[in-house]
Amino acid sequence: MMAMSKKMADEPGEIEMLLPWHAAGTLNARDARRVEEALARDPELARQYAVIREEYAETIHLNESLGAPSVRAMQKLFAAIDGEPERKPSAASRISGGISQFFAGLSPRTLAWSATAAAVALLLQAGIIGAVLMKGGQTYQTASLSVNERPATMTRELAAGGTPPRALVRFAPDAKMSDINSLLDSYQAVVVGGANGLFRLQFGSKSMSRDEVTGLMSKLRGEKIVSLAESAP
Amino acid sequence: MQVLYGRHHVRVFRFGLRLVRNEQIAEDLISEVFLDVWRQAGKFEGRSAVSTWLLAITRFKALSALRRRKDAELDDEAANAIEDSSDDPEVSVQKKDTGEALRKCLTGLSAEHREIVDLVYYHEKSVEEVAQIVGIPENTVKTRLFYARKKLAELLKAAGIERGWP
Repeated sequence: MMAMSKKMADEPGEIEMLLPWHAAGTLNARDARRVEEALARDPELARQYAVIREEYAETIHLNESLGAPSVRAMQKLFAAIDGEPERKPSAASRISGGISQFFAGLSPRTLAWSATAAAVALLLQAGIIGAVLMKGGQTYQTASLSVNERPATMTRELAAGGTPPRALVRFAPDAKMSDINSLLDSYQAVVVGGANGLFRLQFGSKSMSRDEVTGLMSKLRGEKIVSLAESAP
Repeated sequence: MQVLYGRHHVRVFRFGLRLVRNEQIAEDLISEVFLDVWRQAGKFEGRSAVSTWLLAITRFKALSALRRRKDAELDDEAANAIEDSSDDPEVSVQKKDTGEALRKCLTGLSAEHREIVDLVYYHEKSVEEVAQIVGIPENTVKTRLFYARKKLAELLKAAGIERGWP
């Protein structure tokens, strides 16, 4: 066994090379079964697998310790998107379709059967609709992500219902994306545009009275990560 | 875009940061990556996971950024700027913190080896997905990770840690 192990260390065997993927849980069922069987009968391989599990855990630990980007990166991105040349309707339609397909292809392992996938799809639709509205205000067909990742087509008339309130918001420079996402969730808001560090947010799907909008702005201004909030058309 | 950004930007940032080893450049990278996605969304054919597509774009842009900074590959100073908060591997061993020593040695791998270790362990990419992202055959993916692990074992051994493999 020792001689075999020595040889294995120099020239990796097929199963041995699959061990890291087995640790990460990304092998297909057939290969996973082959690895399990090999681990059960080869103690040297099992010992190496224990080492791999340690590497796996520490690689995750290392990456998680790298933190997250500042809000500056997001501001730069949205400013750049805002500076993009206006697309013709056909191009916008194509992009809308592309993004729908794009989301239909979300990784099955990370998203499949996740309850949040449905919420993501709803937010996505709101985002796309908002973005397309800015570019031309037409009716579009979007795809929603079902739990088995097969897109279910639905059509929404954008003109229906009153206009939901909007606001120009500037986030505090040290605001993290996770905080901003939580705020957007809690206010049922989506980003529909932005430039120079200001974001245009849309709240909910229904219109509000003047008093309700005033209350909403007041509440927004009280948020720790919001440095400016003004009602906007 | 906001949802897409919210879901993937941290992993894109971390993957880019591990490649370019500079937070400022990594932040610039993510803006460029998602702007490309905004421009090219129509070209996405749905044959791979979104994250695989994003990581492939990030890798391409990171390598371009590294080429612009000619000395980046050997820029230990930049590496230390983000990863110098921990002890050297030898010191970690003295403190009996093998986990920290392992993490330190992971940062000491070459860019090619860091990339494949991260893609498999942290980004949980399959052999096929890593092959797509890095642009190499699947067999090369497997052997490259094997030799990255051997190199890691050598670094640990030099730091005084024997793990029984290889």
